[in-house]
Amino acid sequence: MTKAGTTVAAAPSPAAVRLPRRRGVELALIVVAVLLCVYGYCAVGLARSGTVPPGAAHYGAGLGVLALLAHCAVRLRAPYADPLLLPIAVLLNGLGLVLIYRLDLETPHDQAAPAQLNWSTLGVALFIAAVVWLRDHRVLQRYAYVSVAGALGLLALPILFPAVNGARIWIRVAGFSLQPGEFAKVLLAVFFASYLAANRNALAYAGRRVWRFNRLQLPTGRVLGPIVAIWLLSVGVLVLERDLGTSLLFFGLFVILLYVATGRTGWIAVGLMLAVAGAVAVGRLEPHVHSRVEDWLHPFASIEAGRGPNQIAQSLFAFAAGGVLGTGLGLGHSILIGFAAKSDFILATAGEELGLAGLSAIFLLYALLVERGYRAGLALRDPFGRLLAIGLASIIALQVFVIAGGVTGLIPLTGMAMPFLAQGGSSVITNWIIVALLIRISDSARSQYDGTRAP
Amino acid sequence: MTKYIHRAAALSAFLFLALLVNAARIQVFQAGTYDDSPANRRGAIARWSQPRGDIVVGDRAVTGSRDTGEQLRHERTYGNGPLYAHITGFASQMYGSTLLEHTEDAVLAGTDPMMSLLPAWNDVTRSRTPGGRVVTTLVPAAQRAAYTGLRNRRGAVAALEPTTGRVLALVSTPSYDPGELSGNGSAAAMAWARLNGDPARPMLNRAIRQTYPPGSTFKVVTAAAALDSGAVRSLDAKTRSPAPYTLPGTRTSLSNEAKGCENASLRYAFEWSCNTVFAKLGADVGLNRMRSTARNFGFNDSGLRIPFGVAPSNFDTSMDRAQLALSSIGQYNTRATPLQMAMVTAAVANGGSVMAPHLVDRTTTSIGATLQERGPRTRRLAMTPATAAELRELMTDVVRKGTGANAAIPGATVGGKTGTAQHGVGNSGTPYAWFISWAHADDAMEPAVAVAVVVEDADADRGEISGGGDAAPIARAVMKAVLKKAAADGRR
Repeated sequence: MTKAGTTVAAAPSPAAVRLPRRRGVELALIVVAVLLCVYGYCAVGLARSGTVPPGAAHYGAGLGVLALLAHCAVRLRAPYADPLLLPIAVLLNGLGLVLIYRLDLETPHDQAAPAQLNWSTLGVALFIAAVVWLRDHRVLQRYAYVSVAGALGLLALPILFPAVNGARIWIRVAGFSLQPGEFAKVLLAVFFASYLAANRNALAYAGRRVWRFNRLQLPTGRVLGPIVAIWLLSVGVLVLERDLGTSLLFFGLFVILLYVATGRTGWIAVGLMLAVAGAVAVGRLEPHVHSRVEDWLHPFASIEAGRGPNQIAQSLFAFAAGGVLGTGLGLGHSILIGFAAKSDFILATAGEELGLAGLSAIFLLYALLVERGYRAGLALRDPFGRLLAIGLASIIALQVFVIAGGVTGLIPLTGMAMPFLAQGGSSVITNWIIVALLIRISDSARSQYDGTRAP
Repeated sequence: MTKYIHRAAALSAFLFLALLVNAARIQVFQAGTYDDSPANRRGAIARWSQPRGDIVVGDRAVTGSRDTGEQLRHERTYGNGPLYAHITGFASQMYGSTLLEHTEDAVLAGTDPMMSLLPAWNDVTRSRTPGGRVVTTLVPAAQRAAYTGLRNRRGAVAALEPTTGRVLALVSTPSYDPGELSGNGSAAAMAWARLNGDPARPMLNRAIRQTYPPGSTFKVVTAAAALDSGAVRSLDAKTRSPAPYTLPGTRTSLSNEAKGCENASLRYAFEWSCNTVFAKLGADVGLNRMRSTARNFGFNDSGLRIPFGVAPSNFDTSMDRAQLALSSIGQYNTRATPLQMAMVTAAVANGGSVMAPHLVDRTTTSIGATLQERGPRTRRLAMTPATAAELRELMTDVVRKGTGANAAIPGATVGGKTGTAQHGVGNSGTPYAWFISWAHADDAMEPAVAVAVVVEDADADRGEISGGGDAAPIARAVMKAVLKKAAADGRR
């Protein structure tokens, strides 16, 4: 971080300062990340059967090759990229595979790890493709309206498919379950960044002041249109697909980007009011959402009613069983959570088997990923790139908060994948694309300060 | 814009901080509460993750464990469930545990802090101490004799070693197979419902948890009080007692089944079980003396553990003289568990000392290192040794020429007392047949066994004979089994 700071300070003197590219650091960190994951994989086997799992070498080699290919792509096509982004993604993805493999041992008839490894491979392939072919992130600005059309289409698609576990967010194609809402996140971030970069002056300086000496300045009705449209979209997602998490994510993303683009607290006020109004109305009217709120307020109500612990209670038990240092990989009983233990509730396994120590490490990894995204945004000069970086980083932050807060009882639970950790192909692919875009943006951000670089 | 980006970053930082603080709240501060929640299955998973230690009778384990491969992995099995059900109790994954499985749980489950040399080391390696063994004092042959003797009748047998208080046999029928309750499936739930709904109450341990009117067997206690207090100075002296006897302060007249009870000597009255003589003796001895003697034999003691709790036997502590007279012949509110009556007869055999009855000889770790060993302990002195000797003489007479002839064993001195207890509205129920006895091999230094038998649905008419007819042969079989074992041990 200090390095980046000094380079920013050194930037004004255009003398031929060669900016360190730090690809060697990235490679070393990737090796550490892969070794940590292989160690975790072996620890599961040693704890469960006393032997190193037979697939350990295979697994380590697979993860290592994927990480190396991604590294080579970055080295060739984005040599100035932030060296922390890729190792963090590899570590989180590898740790997720370890946790899913570990939970597979409890469900011999439902093996999720092999599929997850395939999805990860596909994710890394798309990462490489994005890094190789997308030479400049500003290209994306041209496709703003294509993006929003695509996003809306993807969001509308699951309505045609039957609901799964109360939520209508999956589509089934050729035996694969996909969650189009995951891909829509990236497209919407592109659209928001593009729309706000183009219209931010109009949004920032039109409007009327509500209180004379107050900075609260409400936007005029004409420019209020888009925000209301997005709000309606979120509520539509919520009502039609019963997906509280995605709706919360979209809305939060939009409000953050709007604020960053315009600096107007009035937007925040309007946004929060609309969000509260929508949440209260839906919480009252929609039984699926209402029960989630009840479970959050009274996680042990089902136990007191004699119906045994519900998923939230089981999740809290799992975290509690972990304590500070955890039970050790392979030795917990988070499988008691039952349904969605490998996806939405994967963090409970981390919390039980790695303890508060491991959980804190995971949170810090996410926080670091988000911080690197923000830093890339800060270093850029074009508004679109800035907003896109902030948007992508905020998606990760909001998503981690919504699902981690949900499974630890901080906020009502909403079904959402823990980025990289949780089982789910769409999620893993999307997250690799997000990291690819952040790599591209950070490469642009840092390369502009390299005096030796050809213009 | 930069300023706003910083603020947005601060928001993200705040979100992560909230997650960390909340995680610490659950994993550190709330962890204890959540871990101890009865709805949290982790306790049960850990408990059943290893085979449970065994309960040993003779030299053989009567329990076992079965690896089910399920979440609650090891399930309890019982080698001869019904025979030892009222010793072991059950250890169920759904319904908790009872009797030895319950009181000795810490040893059997390996959680007793004494069992691990380095508890901190177990915490580090996350290993559990293997379950230990509980070695009982039972004599398998005596237990089998009692169980087969009762066959399919309702009743109970308690046998003690008089000099030590070791429980040699403890049987209650009908019995049940505790293995049926071990698991956590629907079979266990059905067995639980069936056993609880059974009117014969097979899960009731009649030997220790059911009190019966002791009837004439209580005359041993009354005789001890009379001899100790000096109310009777000689076994052969005539007592001044009318027959029939009008209860003091009432017009109720008490009569006898036997003849010749008027002014009968204590020897005659004991041998032929004269109600009139003993009712009057009780009234003459007085409430204080009767109460303290009963107390010294173990009545009204709610703290007895063998190691599981024994229901207190009752001798009322405030009564008028008529009630005292009836109580002194084992009627009115006098009630006793079979184990209590075994303690009474054991005290007679043991020179007046009541030894604390106990069922667990020792507990060991899985590799056999002794954790705790239980030696003989005197509970109380119920009577003087001289009185005990006189009572032995009376009880021997009962077996030699009185109502207990069915209990005689060649090569041993046997003393006994029969009893019949009527119950139900207007005494309409089938009477309970009692027999209490002790046996002393002719070539041994000490008495080998004291036993109490009660048969609930004795198929005889309401005479003293039912105690001798139904219960005495069972007592005899138990005593023979113990004598045979003692002789074999002596030769060894």
